[in-house]
Amino acid sequence: MTAQALDAPAGRRARRRRPIRFSTKKLVCAVLAYIVALIFLVPYAEMVVAAARPKDQLTDPTILPSHFDWSNFKTLWSTGLGRNLQVSLEVAGGATLLVLLVALPAAYYTARQQFRGRTAFLLLVLVTQMFQPTAMLVGIYKEFSSFGLTDSVFGLILVNAGFNMAFATWILNAYFSSIPVELEEAAMVDGTGRLGALLRITLPLAWPGVVTALIFTFISAWNELVIALILTTTPSKQPLTVALDSYIGGYQIDWGHLFAASAIATIPVIVLFAAIERKVVGGLTAGSIK
Amino acid sequence: MAETVTARTFSRRRSLAPLLWLGPALVLILLVVLTPVFIMLRTAFRNIDAIGFDHGWAGWRNFRQVFHEPDLHAVLLRTVWWVVAVVVITMVFSLALAALFNQTFPGRRVARWALIAPWAASVFMTAVVFRWMLQPGSGLINVLMHRFGLLDKIGDNASHADWLGRPEAAFWWMIAVAVFVSIPFTTYALLAGLQTIPPEVYEAARVDGSSTMRSYVSITLPLLRPALTVATLINIMNVFNSFPIIWEMTRGGPGDQTATTTVFMYQIKAQSIPEAAAMSVVNFGFVIVIVLVFLKASRWKEQVS
Repeated sequence: MTAQALDAPAGRRARRRRPIRFSTKKLVCAVLAYIVALIFLVPYAEMVVAAARPKDQLTDPTILPSHFDWSNFKTLWSTGLGRNLQVSLEVAGGATLLVLLVALPAAYYTARQQFRGRTAFLLLVLVTQMFQPTAMLVGIYKEFSSFGLTDSVFGLILVNAGFNMAFATWILNAYFSSIPVELEEAAMVDGTGRLGALLRITLPLAWPGVVTALIFTFISAWNELVIALILTTTPSKQPLTVALDSYIGGYQIDWGHLFAASAIATIPVIVLFAAIERKVVGGLTAGSIK
Repeated sequence: MAETVTARTFSRRRSLAPLLWLGPALVLILLVVLTPVFIMLRTAFRNIDAIGFDHGWAGWRNFRQVFHEPDLHAVLLRTVWWVVAVVVITMVFSLALAALFNQTFPGRRVARWALIAPWAASVFMTAVVFRWMLQPGSGLINVLMHRFGLLDKIGDNASHADWLGRPEAAFWWMIAVAVFVSIPFTTYALLAGLQTIPPEVYEAARVDGSSTMRSYVSITLPLLRPALTVATLINIMNVFNSFPIIWEMTRGGPGDQTATTTVFMYQIKAQSIPEAAAMSVVNFGFVIVIVLVFLKASRWKEQVS
């Protein structure tokens, strides 16, 4: 009884105070979040700053150089890194295409059909998603050397596609499952074949999932280091990550060009990734959180 | 009704149809994932010399060699320490960040995007930048610490500023970098989990007079458990397999004093491939255990049926 009587005015007071308290809270949250955001961006900003440091200020104990010198971004192309950038593009592009060709039919079929071995297949895919090439380095190295697939763009495409296919299959499967099968059947009644229904109805609806799977595969192949490190030895056949790794191993590290190349390789990828951010989490944790 | 129609359309070629659609995926998995596992297992039991010549069956010799490596004990302990430290610190920070980024405030979307950077960028390049920022005389981290009075002296001769030259300090910095690159995914996974909790639950708790802290402990955390479990397991897997951070910052050195089993395996590979294969098989055993726990915890079967 007393508690109730006390509660009422307290509740009213709280309600009256809420607008002010709410905005202070908002302000604190915003400030904290901006600080966190800044911390997470600093290393990548430093990448650009280091690339633009004039040569004579490279080891100065300053936060920013006295002026910026962007010449590293121009002279970069004569160091051979341009060629490595091209290899990276070929590998990432090729792996993305291969993943699309392989994962799309598998994801579509498992989303639409019940068949013997469906569960086994999905389990296999899930397990592959957990495996990482690092753990089976020796096996990959021996297999690909015996096939003559070292120093080969095709070899790198295969490995990257193999290890990224699982995620693509999962996310596409989730998208296809969410599209009502009745839509396809209506189209088939109207005279398109199953393939026509897939191409004209289902695929356009699942487009966001397709784009997400593609960008994710591209980025992960673009960033891959370990496998390329053991599968490529000729400098002109190495993707950018390996080429930059050998920069680090050298006696005299050419930091200016190293960071110019890193910045070129990193900044567009961050922008691309930001575009698909939400779907990627959904896909990576698919089948486990919801 | 709908199902019967589809089932009938497909029943004619029931036996071959799945192979047609799944075939390419199966071939790729067989070629890139399963064959290497098989070759790795086989290599671990072969006697292969330095030039790559196979002298036949070796039994458990390669494994005995691995287990007699004088430093294996230290490397194993360090690996456990590495995984536990990185995952625990990551989870604690990510829980806080997820709570923060789940609030509404102006500019939230932009701040969230910034958080993504380490996830999108290659771990390797992030590690390289950190190595650069830790240069004794001119690295940004040292310069800032010096300005704020946390380091009394910087420069090539200041031993305190030479973080990566001292195994202990180097290892802590590498843990910090690993946490840095693990936080984005973890935070996002937890944010996704937070969004599945209906606001009514909090409303009810508030009516019952529960404090914010109390609601968090007795409502948010229990409801967040599935997301927490999955994020933890994926992190354990990633951190255990993590190679670029240690490789770029210290190459596992001096010697193998900052190596985990993954880096150690790579170091062994330079001397003896079959022994590295045996080490890989040991690592792979850990991976299998993590996968099994993951499958059990994620209740994946309910999702696909």
